[in-house]
Amino acid sequence: MIIFQDVRKVYGKDKTKKVEALKGINLEVKKGEIFGVIGFSGAGKSTLIRCVNLLERPTSGKVLVNGIDLQSLPKRKLREERKKIGMIFQQFNLLHAKTVFANVAMPLVLQGKPKDEIKKKVMELLRFVGLEDKAHQYPEQLSGGQKQRVGIARALATDPHILLCDEATSALDPDTTRSILRLLKRVRDELGITILMITHEMNVIRDICDKVAVIDGGVIVEQGSVLDVFTDPQTPIAKNFVRTVLNDELPDSVKRLIAEKRDDQEHHIYRLLFKGDATNDPLLSTVAKKFPIDLSVYNGMVTEIQGSPFGNLIVGFNGPKETVDEAIRYIQSQNVTVKEVE
Amino acid sequence: MGTDWTWLGPEIIDSIKETLYMVSVSFLFAVLIGIPLGVILVITRENGILPNRIIFSILNIVINIFRSIPFIILIVAIIPFTRLIVGTAIGTTAAIVPLVIFTAPYIGRLVENSLLEVDQGVIELAQAMGATTWQIIWKFLLPEALGSIILALTIAFIGLVGASAMAGAVGAGGLGDLAITYGYQQFKPLVMLITVVLLVVFVQLIQSLGNVLAKKIRRH
Repeated sequence: MIIFQDVRKVYGKDKTKKVEALKGINLEVKKGEIFGVIGFSGAGKSTLIRCVNLLERPTSGKVLVNGIDLQSLPKRKLREERKKIGMIFQQFNLLHAKTVFANVAMPLVLQGKPKDEIKKKVMELLRFVGLEDKAHQYPEQLSGGQKQRVGIARALATDPHILLCDEATSALDPDTTRSILRLLKRVRDELGITILMITHEMNVIRDICDKVAVIDGGVIVEQGSVLDVFTDPQTPIAKNFVRTVLNDELPDSVKRLIAEKRDDQEHHIYRLLFKGDATNDPLLSTVAKKFPIDLSVYNGMVTEIQGSPFGNLIVGFNGPKETVDEAIRYIQSQNVTVKEVE
Repeated sequence: MGTDWTWLGPEIIDSIKETLYMVSVSFLFAVLIGIPLGVILVITRENGILPNRIIFSILNIVINIFRSIPFIILIVAIIPFTRLIVGTAIGTTAAIVPLVIFTAPYIGRLVENSLLEVDQGVIELAQAMGATTWQIIWKFLLPEALGSIILALTIAFIGLVGASAMAGAVGAGGLGDLAITYGYQQFKPLVMLITVVLLVVFVQLIQSLGNVLAKKIRRH
């Protein structure tokens, strides 16, 4: 649906003032996906999302949207294509002088649609986002979450294939963020709209994205399914982001305990990572029954990523090395990742 | 020596009419010229929606030149032009030409400022929606800046009232002329006082009207 091919963006003409915002981005967002791009501010993510609807033109490289290279289109065709790409913003960008109704109606008014058609469509959209009773209020009378709902309704007015979310929840509190994310999920599930979002909040990625790309210094340093990146981040920056929502940092008391046991030949400590269905199985008790070893759980946490559970346990295995190794192999065969405790 | 009211009354009424005529007609033309000037200044600037360095620079300099000429000199300097436009360089109608040329660039600047206050995000939104340049100006820029533009126009209007008093120099009449001719030159302090009070009331009314309108339109 959206394909980036070696996209570069350089700001400034002077050699001294040149800033390379994107240094060769390659990524693909598939139809019906919710794809998240995460990075710190200045990493290039807002430039990246603006290259999709050409609010920013790439210096080189291609962006294909639904198979079309928008850069090759004349102005008029580009405007037509832009209507198929909805966009919502961190600061909502509502028109203050217009009512909620008029804000949502705007894209249709620009297209010169007949009044009754506009009215029907706008009321339908306001119902979808749960604001039909606010149609005649002005943006100043709304809360942040309601403003973003108006933004979403407006972005959907032209029945787009794609919705671009530019830090859509960054100005909202956690509760409101969750409700907006639920709404975005409905946008994908019920309307089949592909969503590309940029954010600096890992919880947003965890809650609704299918895929994630981590961007740093204008480069995608890591990408993959959300579950994979969360359970097994490869780069330090991805690890940092994961840590902001899944605190796998061990408490000091546990660290001390592990340090004490380090010299004990009979005691081996591992980190076990469960994904999906593996979380439901009584794995540890099976292991304890199957192998002549003792198990002790030092620390543990189960959370949900993309609606599927994810567990992270620190387990001590007490027993001879060979038996423990055998137990570990068994655990690995059950689709559980085993890692040394660092 | 007392003041002859039977004679002065109609004179004041006439002056009020002249002032209203001069100010309203020149305001109308100044707005019709000034608002497009402001819009062009905003869209042709470097990060505008239709960047054009040449148009922007020329307009910028021309506006600065007109803005720096004192009104009383402008009146005299453009006499040939005034004659060309209205056929005479003297009288109330003749005063309208320099008043427009004085006020339009001022309105251009004020409107430029008002439009620059519009959040860049709104422009981005409009572009993302696939709006044409014309739609961005009419449906986004001007409506979002309208409250601010009304306040700016109020300021310009009041400046225009002040300038119109100086137009007495070309025999334009009006309240300012009345105050100078009778109040100052013939030393009739009461006439001076009346005209000043009238001007003060007029300006107050205009400012209040501007404030009320702007408040009604401004939603933030």
